[in-house]
Parts: sequence; C-alpha cells; structure tokens
Amino acid sequence: MKKLLSMALALVLAVGCLTACGGGSGDKGGSSDTFRIGGIGPATGAAAIYGNAVKYGTQIAVDEINEAGGLNGYQIEYDFQDDVHDAEKSVNAYNTLKDWGMDMLVGTVTTAPCLAVADKTVQDNMFTITPSASSPDVLMGDNVFQVCFTDPNQGSKSAEYISENKLATKVGIIYDSSDVYSDGIRAKFVETAKSLNLEVVSEAAFTADSKTDFQTQLKQAQDAGADLVFLPIYYTEASIILKQANDMGYAPKFFGVDGMDGILTVENFDTSLAEGVMLLTPFAADSEDEAVKSFVTKYQEAYKEIPNQFAADAYDAVYAIKAAAEKAEITPEMTYSEISDAMKAAMVEINIKGLTGGDEGLKWEATGEVNKQPKAVIIQGGKYVSME
Amino acid sequence: MKTGIKNMKKEVRGQLITYGLVIGVFIIVQVMLSLGMISNLMQGLLVPLCTYSIVAVALNLCVGYLGELSLGHAGFMCVGAFSSAFFTKCTMTTGLNENVRFFLALLVGTLTAALFGYLIGIPVLRLRGDYLAIVTLAFGEIIKNVINVLYIGRDSAGFHFGMKDETSLGLGEDGEVLVNGAKGIMRTPHQSTFTIGVILLLISLFVCFQLVNSRSGRAIMAIRDNRIAAESVGIPITKYKLLAFTISAAIAGIGGVLYAHNLSTLTAQPANFGYNMSIMILVFVVLGGMGSFRGSVIAAVLLTMLPEILRGLADYRMLIYAIVLIAMMLFNWSPKLIEFRKKFIADVFKKKEKEAA
Repeated sequence: MKKLLSMALALVLAVGCLTACGGGSGDKGGSSDTFRIGGIGPATGAAAIYGNAVKYGTQIAVDEINEAGGLNGYQIEYDFQDDVHDAEKSVNAYNTLKDWGMDMLVGTVTTAPCLAVADKTVQDNMFTITPSASSPDVLMGDNVFQVCFTDPNQGSKSAEYISENKLATKVGIIYDSSDVYSDGIRAKFVETAKSLNLEVVSEAAFTADSKTDFQTQLKQAQDAGADLVFLPIYYTEASIILKQANDMGYAPKFFGVDGMDGILTVENFDTSLAEGVMLLTPFAADSEDEAVKSFVTKYQEAYKEIPNQFAADAYDAVYAIKAAAEKAEITPEMTYSEISDAMKAAMVEINIKGLTGGDEGLKWEATGEVNKQPKAVIIQGGKYVSME
Repeated sequence: MKTGIKNMKKEVRGQLITYGLVIGVFIIVQVMLSLGMISNLMQGLLVPLCTYSIVAVALNLCVGYLGELSLGHAGFMCVGAFSSAFFTKCTMTTGLNENVRFFLALLVGTLTAALFGYLIGIPVLRLRGDYLAIVTLAFGEIIKNVINVLYIGRDSAGFHFGMKDETSLGLGEDGEVLVNGAKGIMRTPHQSTFTIGVILLLISLFVCFQLVNSRSGRAIMAIRDNRIAAESVGIPITKYKLLAFTISAAIAGIGGVLYAHNLSTLTAQPANFGYNMSIMILVFVVLGGMGSFRGSVIAAVLLTMLPEILRGLADYRMLIYAIVLIAMMLFNWSPKLIEFRKKFIADVFKKKEKEAA
C-alpha cells in the first residue's frame, strides 16, 4: 500500500512538473504589440566571455532602437538564454525561447551549439542571425545569416595578407585542435599558404584540456625556424603564448585573427608583450568612427568593460534585423515563419554601415554569408593601429 | 489484484512498479502531447531524459551491483554515439530503410561500447581496489581526445583515415568527410523519438533486472559483498565481473546512440562526454540510491529537468541547482530525515484509517 502511495505521489510530481512548464505554450506565443528577439549563448562556463559580450552588445542595440521609437513602430523585447557552450543545452534554450514567443533569434554565439540550433531553426523556419558562429556549416538553410567572417574566409585572408605584404617566408602555426573555430581557420590557411608559396614549417596543436603551457609548441616553431607565428586562437591562450615566447627569448612576428581581439584587456597581462602583434579583425574599439565611439562609451558605462568584436557583431546583427525589418515591413502579428520569409528576402537587399563593416558596410549573400572587408591592425603603444 | 501484488515476490513487485512507472509517465506524456499541453522545452527534453535515464541505469549496474566505481561512463556513451553516428553516415546513401538502419546503428553502437568495456575489463577487473575508477577515468578522457583528432573520409576508392586534418586524407573529387576531427560528425538524421527512448529504457531495465535476479546476478552480488567468500565457494570472479561491466558499458552505449541521433551535430566536448558528465551520471546513481534502478531513473529525470526549469532565475540557476541538489541528497539519505519521513507517512495513514473507521 505504501509503495503504491509513493508511486502515485511520484506520478503526480512528474505530471505536475510537466504541466508546470507546459503552461503558456501556444502555437504563436508572444504579444501582438512587441517584437520578441531571443539570444542564445554561453553566459556561464569557460566560454562565458563571448556569450556575455553578445548579450550586452545586443542589449545596447535593442535599447537604442527602443528609445528611437522601436522596430517599425513596435518596441522590442529581448531575452538571452544560457547554453553553457553545449549543443544539447542550446537546443533546450531555443525551445525555452520558443515557449516565450520569440519572433527572431540572434544566436547562437558559439559554433558547435549553433549547428544544433540552426538545424532546428531551419525546420521551424525561424529567422536566425548569428553574430559569431563562424563555421560555414551553420548556414544550412536560407533563414540563417552570419555577421562574422566564416573561418575559411579568415584563414585565406590571413594567408593572402601575409604573403602580399611579405611579412614572412616561414610560418609556424599554433592552434587548438579541439576547437572548430581554430581548426577551421588553420585548415584553410594552410591550403591557401600552399598556393601562395608561403612555407608552413610547423603546425603545433593543443586542446581545450591542455591550454596553460605552450612551451613545447613554441619550441617546435622556433626549431623549425619560423619567423612568423600564426595564432588562429582566442586571446586568453594567445596572452600566455606571448608571455612564454618572451620568457624563452623567441621573438617572431605574431599574427592573429578576430579571436585575438581583446588581448589588451586580459587581466595581469603585460601589454608591452603584445607590441607588434598583428591581427585581422573587423572591429577596433579605439576607432575614431563616431558610431564606434558612441557604442564603446555606452558599453563601458553599462558593463565596465571595453567591448570586443563579439559585442560589435551582435550590435550589427540587431541593426541588420532593423534594416531588413523596415524593408520587409513586418509586424508582430505575423507568425515567426511569415516573419522569416519576409526577412530572408529583405536581408540580401540591405546594406548597413555597422561597427564592423568598415567603409563599405555589410551586405549579405542569399546563402547567409556576409560581405565585409577585414581590417589588419597592429598593436603599437598599447593600442590598435590600422595597418596600410 | 491487490492481494496478487502483495503475494508476489518482493523483487518481482519492485520490477513491475518500475515498468509501470515508466509506462505510466509515457502514456501521460503521449496524451498531453496529443492535447498540445506540453511546452516546446519539455518536448525537446523528452529524448535527453531517456538518454540519461538509460546511462544512469547502466552505471547503477556497475556501481550498485558490481560494487566497482566507474568514472568513464560518459566515455562509453561517447563510443556508442560516435560508432553509431558513423554507421548511419556511411549507410545514409545506400537507400536502406530508415528504421532498419537505425536498428543496425543501435546494434553497432551497443556492441562497440561493449567491446571497449570488455577490453578495459580484461586487465583491470583482475585487480582489487580502485583501479577501475582510475582506468575508466583515463579512458573517458582519452577517447574524447582521440575523436577530436580523428578524420575519416570516404570516396569511390574506399575509406581514408587520418589524424592530422581533412586535406591530408587525400580524398578524391567525389569524397566526403565523415568524421571531421573537432567538428565531429555533422548532419546526422534525427531518429531518436520519445517512443524509441522509452522502449530502449524498458529494454535496459529489463536486461538489468533479469541479470541481477539470475544466478549470475547473485554471483555478482556475492563478489561485491565478500570477494574472498565468493572465491572460496568457487565463483569465477573475473568472469562475472567482466560480464556485469560489459553489459553496463553496452547499455551506456545505447544511451550514446540515442544521444547521437537526437542532435544534428555530434562533437566530443568536455561538456557532453567529458569527466563532468561521468560525475553527473554518478550523481544520478548516488541520489537515486545504489542498487535501485527505479531511483536512478527518477533521479536522472529530475536532475536533467531541474536546470531547465530553473531558467527563470537566470544567472542564479546553477547556484540554486547546487542547493537543491544538496537538499535532495539530505532529504533522501540523512538517517534523521528518513526516520521523520517514515513517521510522517505512518501518521497520515493512521489518520486515514481512523477517518475510515
């Protein structure tokens, strides 16, 4: 009898749980007088800096648009869900946002979770614009758009830049083989380098589990006689590499990609070590551009940090939505699928200035890939200076 | 009926209650699904809930009945997931019936996981002490890192393997990369459904119950309780240990297959197949009670759902999650609280009986 009772109680509990979260589900949730924009990314865990940057960057853009009268006259609501950089959790976050009544998605921040979520958004036909998931594989449907460069694009552009400007003849690479982003750039870099007669003398990998000591990798590059070390990695690891190279007395040129942006803000990092480091980035926080200045000031006031390119890409993503929404004349009464159909037609026609677009601005292909010019900057006197 | 249940052997009754619980929840969920009462979040969670329940059952067999600590069940899940997804990718173009293909993928995943479990067990289960925990811990990490540098492609000439990068595979024009290092396996079809998940969970439970209530199961428990005594009555220790551990690994492989066919992308990250996941599964087992398969299932369901339900608390959710976890552990296992609970239930029953009288 007791057993039966406990079983019945357990059942009631389980059902209670299900219905509790079942409340509020509808075919098209959401109110009809606001647009609901969702965001997904890691707000906790090791990749949290990227997720938070996107969250804050989006928030600033949303606030600005709301202040200026909203999107097509409607206010925007914004909700950001944590996915801890895990594909399964990311899909959960996406479903949560759908329950909330999301109209459009700005996400997912990191690549691997984005692949899983993009697969769902393609099925649902939910308009998706990812600020920073840079693998070309995420563009699996015509409703998915990217604000950042794709990884292969960064790899080939870096190789071309190094070769054109004759920065080096022998290149060493240190990369994270367990990271899709890093490995993607490296693969394309090597391929392009081969066709440009740029000699890649060493390729040394590390993984997410062993990213605190890089002396072996540096030694390998040094022994191979590399006069330039290409670092397609994020800035936290790059800062350690710069420090250890200095300790070893090895002073090649260092060349990074957009993940290197932010290296000057690493805590307890002697920024003089980063002198002369070159990187290819669409965004420099100390640019003289009016829009960038205003964004950086607002960001610093609100979050006490200097924004990196993730935040800038997120900001541009929201403005791309704004431009396309105005062109497509969407209203919140439409279902997300109708919005998506209207938006994907409008996306290829817009051209926004943006923070990361440089002089030519941002334009999109029908595939979802962005068209923008990378800028090469060099760190001089603790600042990013454009290289010409 | 009631007397029928009472007269049954205790183990049989326990088994029936567990099956009934799973089937009951399944029916309720199906009804609610057809009425559209379940949120998107819960719909998305149904398959992961089955996955983690299955793996928790698998680990419980190893920890609760065999008495050996395994810290690498996420590794067996990983092996099952990748081998089955690889099989599915290879046979996707052959025009094989989808359901047959999934069934074969399930076999491949399960057998591969079992094979790895067996190979690890051969040397390690001969030893006494905590060696299994150490070796499985290492296995989980090794398998994750190996998969991250593994490249497999296929073209008209056959399969190409590599440990460096995609270009070094030297694929022909018609080649496609099947396993792409850190990117893992992409675009696997979604074939895991809640129904399949529940069926697999029931099969796993059935296998485990049958095993522990059989002659072999009694031998396994005898080894757990007193190795020397078991040895002295002539039980071949290594054989039974290997048997239980291999089955445990195979069932974890089933969980992996379910996982791999639920998401369109399969990568071996620390978050999904790493050390933390192994510990998480161990937490399900400990919270649910070692040796109680039903407890493992309930704990796995509750603990997988909890962080998602707490999403409303935003940044504080992991903090609350930890507190709830501690509270649940105390509630379930603190002797004082168990006493209190028993008294409480007894009081409630007395009252009812009085009212009835």
